[in-house]
Amino acid sequence: MSDLRELYQEVILDHHKRPRNFGPLAAANHNADGHNPLCGDRLTVHVDVADGVIRGVSFEGAGCAISRASASLMTDAVKGKSVAEAERLFEEFRQMVTSGVDQAVEESLGKLTVFCGVREFPSRVKCASLSWHTLHAALESKDTAVSTE
Amino acid sequence: MNGHAANGSAVEQVNGHAAEVAAVEQAFRPAPFNVAAVRRDFPILQQQIYGKPLVYLDNAATAQKPTSVIDAISNYYLADNANIHRGVHLLSERATAAYEGAREAVRRFLNAAESREIVFVRGTTEAVNLVAHSYARPALKPDDEIVVSVMEHHSNFVPWKMACEATGARLRVVPITDAGELRMDEYERLLCDRTRLVALGHVSNALGTVNPVADIVRLAHARGIPVLLDGAQAVPHMAVDVGALDCDFYAFSGHKLFGPTGIGVLYGKAALMDHMPPWQGGGDMISSVTLEEVRYNTLPAKFEAGTPDIAGAIGLAAAIEYLNGLDRVAAAAHEAALTRYLEERLSGFPDVTLVGRAPGKAGIVSFVMSSAHPHDIGTVLDHEGVAIRTGHHCCQPLMHRLGVPATARVSFAFYNTREEVDRFVDALARVREMFG
Ligand SMILES: Cc1ncc(COP(=O)(O)O)c(C=O)c1O
Repeated sequence: MSDLRELYQEVILDHHKRPRNFGPLAAANHNADGHNPLCGDRLTVHVDVADGVIRGVSFEGAGCAISRASASLMTDAVKGKSVAEAERLFEEFRQMVTSGVDQAVEESLGKLTVFCGVREFPSRVKCASLSWHTLHAALESKDTAVSTE
Repeated sequence: MNGHAANGSAVEQVNGHAAEVAAVEQAFRPAPFNVAAVRRDFPILQQQIYGKPLVYLDNAATAQKPTSVIDAISNYYLADNANIHRGVHLLSERATAAYEGAREAVRRFLNAAESREIVFVRGTTEAVNLVAHSYARPALKPDDEIVVSVMEHHSNFVPWKMACEATGARLRVVPITDAGELRMDEYERLLCDRTRLVALGHVSNALGTVNPVADIVRLAHARGIPVLLDGAQAVPHMAVDVGALDCDFYAFSGHKLFGPTGIGVLYGKAALMDHMPPWQGGGDMISSVTLEEVRYNTLPAKFEAGTPDIAGAIGLAAAIEYLNGLDRVAAAAHEAALTRYLEERLSGFPDVTLVGRAPGKAGIVSFVMSSAHPHDIGTVLDHEGVAIRTGHHCCQPLMHRLGVPATARVSFAFYNTREEVDRFVDALARVREMFG
């Protein structure tokens, strides 16, 4: 059930150790800061949007393995997608880590399903969703700060 | 375990006259602390977490309760439950006697002069808020100052910040050294004729530092400034004598003292509390009410509006009675030995940095690990059956000062064992395996 390996899957540990799209983004036109007061994690998401499409995305900041890997996998997943598709992924992701999703949604989430184990760890749900909330805030408006509280 | 250390020092002294001294010392030395016996008093400890025996190392968050406390609460509800101070019937008299008996037990525990100086509250947080509301706010004027430290728990920081914001007074913050000790030179420098109150922690929940409270009180009193001490993390580890300390207010929580949640204590000198206005209005805190006028009750009822946590007070008294039955000096020595042993074993982890290295810490080992975030450490340890606290420990100003977002914290109680420290260290090795 709540086996540790289901939370810390290899893919997650890999993205934690070698995060993708990590660092500033010169072309960014949307940015937001995210904060998880529970564990002190802070991250910043930079997005470059043109014609409703996410051309580039990156993140910076410090956090636990779950929040870092989630941010890393998120940037991979939304790059090249439309803003609407990214928002739909956010909604599906949120559903997966809180209540769970059916097979069709799992297919749509693809690689992001490595986070399905988070559902068994209520104290870690916020870690997994911090980057998504921050991306959402970045897309909605320019340069704002969000908190998972 | 502490018996081990004691024998060592005895052996060193065995030659000539020293042997005699050792024999005399031996006769007066407390018996080694019997951990196996006390563990039997805490049934919750005998359980499995994810198939592994529980190792509970989160005692600073809340301590476990001995059977005698659980029984006292349950017996109260089974046999004596009634409201207090108002019934003429026998049950009410029994409940009142038990509740007031608990107040007297707390008075003796703290060595306060009078039992009316003991006010039952919900916990440390409520005690501090009571003083902030009823003592500080009415007295504070713009540019007055309250002295706190950067290592305070939010509950001994936010109420003062709020009082300052409401009155135009200022908060002055005593800094700490890198080892996590109060800068007493700075403390003394901050005390001035604008200081209305000093509010400091006795023991830091995040670092384990034991602050020099006797000096703190003496220096403040030399300038006529009253002192509140947050004793939440002190009373579980050491005997506290508010009479000898001469502090003006002392606050603690029952649940950290092996008692129930929902009950805590504010000790305050009658000379101060007599003049403080009540902060909540309602039943029990009045002596008479007419449509025109309300007369307030005397201490301590003035600060206990409404039906209090009667069972909680009775449970707290049972916890105190339990502690009185222990050799507390031996218990403290046992905790100190566990702390030393853990720090010694952690020195074998090059990627672990201790946070808080004050000498004589009270049962707390806070640390960060370069390879793993505290949150991940906590989750992995949990799966090894080891419960610790990770996060900012309600001390965000302190975390900021130390330049870490969070720490992992081990906090001991007297029922912890050397084997549990080994289990913790093995679990930490798992963390490194996974994230290193
Ligand atoms: C030093 C210190 N002060 C105050 C508190 C607050 O205690 P409570 O939450 O029981 O009111 C705590 C508990 O976390 C503490 O460790």
